[in-house]
Amino acid sequence: MMMRERVLEVLEKTLRFGAADQTEVVIIGGDTYLTRYATNYIHQNTAESNAEVFVRSVFGKKIGVATTNALDDGSLQGAVRASEDIARVQPDIPDFVSLPSPEDAGGPVGDLVFGRSTAEFSPEDRAAAVGRVTALAARHGFEAAGAFQTGVVRLAVGNSLGVRQYGETTRASLTAIVMGPSGSGYADGLSVEASTIDVDRVAETAVRKCRDAQDPVAVEPGDYEVVLEPAAVADLVGFLGYLGLGALALQEGRSFASGRLGQKVTGEDFTLWDDGSDPAGLPFPFDFEGVRRRKVVLIESGVVKNVVYDSFTAGREAGRKSTGHALPPMYHYGPLPLNMFVKTGDATLEEMVKGTRRGLLVTRFHYTNPLHPVLTTITGMTRDGTFLIEEGRVKGPVKNLRFTNSILDALSEIEAVSSEARLSEMFGLGAISAPAMKLRKFTFTGATQF
Amino acid sequence: MRFKHDEWRKLSEQALEYLRPKVDYADIRFVSRRGQRVSVKNGAVEGVTASSDTGFGVRVLRDGAWGFASSSTPGLEEVLAVADRALGIAKASATVKGERAVLAPVDPVEDAWSSPYKEDPLEVKLEEKLGLLLEAEKLVRKGGEGKVMVAQAGTGARREEKSFASTEGAYIEQEIVECGAGLSAYAVGPGELQRRTYPNADRELSGCYGWEAVKRLDLLGSAERVGREAGQLLEAKPCPSGEKDVILDSTQMVLQIHESCGHPTELDRVFGTEAGYAGTSFLTPEKLGKFRYGSENVTLVADATVPHGLGTFKYDDEGVRAQRTVLVDRGLFTNYMTSRETAQRLGQTSNGTMRADGWNRPPLIRMTNINLEPGDWTLEEMIRDTKDGLLMEINKSWSIDDRRLNFQFGCEVAWEIKDGALGEMIKNPNYTGITPEFWGGCDAVADRKHWKLWGTPNCGKGEPSQIAHVGHGAAPTRFRKVKVGVGR
Repeated sequence: MMMRERVLEVLEKTLRFGAADQTEVVIIGGDTYLTRYATNYIHQNTAESNAEVFVRSVFGKKIGVATTNALDDGSLQGAVRASEDIARVQPDIPDFVSLPSPEDAGGPVGDLVFGRSTAEFSPEDRAAAVGRVTALAARHGFEAAGAFQTGVVRLAVGNSLGVRQYGETTRASLTAIVMGPSGSGYADGLSVEASTIDVDRVAETAVRKCRDAQDPVAVEPGDYEVVLEPAAVADLVGFLGYLGLGALALQEGRSFASGRLGQKVTGEDFTLWDDGSDPAGLPFPFDFEGVRRRKVVLIESGVVKNVVYDSFTAGREAGRKSTGHALPPMYHYGPLPLNMFVKTGDATLEEMVKGTRRGLLVTRFHYTNPLHPVLTTITGMTRDGTFLIEEGRVKGPVKNLRFTNSILDALSEIEAVSSEARLSEMFGLGAISAPAMKLRKFTFTGATQF
Repeated sequence: MRFKHDEWRKLSEQALEYLRPKVDYADIRFVSRRGQRVSVKNGAVEGVTASSDTGFGVRVLRDGAWGFASSSTPGLEEVLAVADRALGIAKASATVKGERAVLAPVDPVEDAWSSPYKEDPLEVKLEEKLGLLLEAEKLVRKGGEGKVMVAQAGTGARREEKSFASTEGAYIEQEIVECGAGLSAYAVGPGELQRRTYPNADRELSGCYGWEAVKRLDLLGSAERVGREAGQLLEAKPCPSGEKDVILDSTQMVLQIHESCGHPTELDRVFGTEAGYAGTSFLTPEKLGKFRYGSENVTLVADATVPHGLGTFKYDDEGVRAQRTVLVDRGLFTNYMTSRETAQRLGQTSNGTMRADGWNRPPLIRMTNINLEPGDWTLEEMIRDTKDGLLMEINKSWSIDDRRLNFQFGCEVAWEIKDGALGEMIKNPNYTGITPEFWGGCDAVADRKHWKLWGTPNCGKGEPSQIAHVGHGAAPTRFRKVKVGVGR
């Protein structure tokens, strides 16, 4: 385990090794533990302790990046030298302006939210929690699978212009898929503080869903009204952010927002923002360039307002500043919103079901992937609890269906939004707070056999 | 046989000596990776990254339950601390225990092996790489005639050195060198984004070989075409909706095999240990040796011995020798990919497919090179024999259900086939099906001359996430009566 003082010592030392015009050092470290279970027993149980050092060296408009996870002086010097050697032999990158200055970065963020219970969670604590899930599943004759993950994440960023940021936070998550002979149910919990994950609620919800999902019947693919639970909404919104709400995609014309900023792209009931400081999410208030994450309103009442920037994409537009959404230096994807919030409404899930004449209740989606990024068309399957609603009542489980739908089209059909939101992970990098939604129309294009 | 890592061996022996009296079984793996990624975009460098990553992982089986711990901190003190951590974790695992884990036997070996290559891709001068990529990328833009908004070229190289030692007495060192390169063009029109790539969409690592493979690729010779076709796709006809005969080029067969045969034949997945994440498999054990997976034209193998594959090695990460296993024999489902633990449950020995993504992950059953054996057609004969069809190339989008039955895949481009002749270019082609029905409709596989081994460097599985490098060999293959043009 590498503590704050040691991380900062490595940061300063590595910066001192730098001889480039500008040098940036990012250290991503942590201790993570994951207890994995299936068919009601723990089959894999892991611990990892690691710290990776990323060095970005800049000569004029030439940039090199090198990484190492060996923290002795020789290895750190080697990484600095490698990044400088890489930078020296390159042609200029015309659009590059500068690494962020302390002014751009917005000053140190102070201490982050830290879950003491997560940091102290032991293998026995995780096993005990998993045991409660598997025991409940077994009592109902079902089998449970999932994972309990806890970890401490440390991020330090510094550059030769004077930027310094250090953050230390925690993550805890529990997933549970409970499977019966002909159907399954899902529930999860995600928090900074492991002790706040309601293990029994997760277990009971997944078991109840599984019980309700037995003996599904086939329904024909086609257009349906849908009630999407928060995990399903988060999946759609995650892809919306990934495909179109970063500045690089916008600048390259790959985004649905390219040429449409200020225009209506969804129904008025949809508002989306990114806020890396909001404790209701999984806050991490600075990015991988050390810049404070600003709150950015992405879509307001259906109108796409902004995308998020890092220093490179901001440098390509006159007067633009980074919004604090840079990814680690080796990623070329451009900035992304990783802490998104969907505005809640005033409905309950029960009211949404009650207001549905004939539709489907979807617990979550599986293996969604884009078909057409500009149109935001994606496809995926339903999973772990899909139910037919008729005349305002859940009639029973149905076999899983494939959807193929534009996300923007789906969000233009919002009839109701729940007052409660839940937190879901976003591609393992961030989190999305999303409510449940009732959509007037959603297109299912295929069906599977279970 | 030449061992290089005396320090790793010494630390391994000390760790195993410490663990031996306390466990049913233990192994320790040291892994060191050096890599380089170079990419250029629109006339400038997009990024050059050199990476170095080293550490070790200790896996213990105690009272029939597993524990794994890992660290990047070197030295004996840390090795023993991590060994203790793994023991403690195994003890916790035993509190929620299922059937006692038992390992199928394997003869422990001492051996060292390196994948063959001619020109070390990590020693090639960066100037040479950048020069080639910038020239190729420029030609992509030239071919795109102003319609290509993003042109890219990239190359990757990785050297993995690793050791495996077990309480059973095995000690193995392996060095695997990988390399690859590719091009991509993104053309943008009103409400439209089209992509073409060469040689396929996985630009950076495509096989176990050196820089000589990149030279053979002839990036410069294909660059203008890639740009031109991306631009042409903007104006191409949309994919028709309905039922067609479909010929999948080997670039798309890679994905078809990967998702609908590779993953469902992983025995850990079949036994449910991936259920909490990616799902299970429709190929349940009672189907073994009885289930008709596809037509008589379909023979699929898991072959870790084929030269230069991205899933080629000499020993897996349990010390089991690499093998060639027939998964589907002339349409009949005959075997799984197995580990020592899962094979034992079927009364078998492991066929050697356990691999870990680095030092900080425990091994899982991973695809090796999953290949469709060639048939006896030529592509030209196949096209001539098709009345109303589509020829599709290079995967662009993929999705499959959690038992690997219902899939929907999209490709970069298709060409119409009408009355035995290739016709117009088609944009946004996609197709969907149910795995055994789809493979049941396979009526033609092209011959060895058309067969090519491709690399898939981004196969995701497991929690914590693991990315495996796997290979897929295939030739163009025809499937009858496929539903195409979904979601228009």
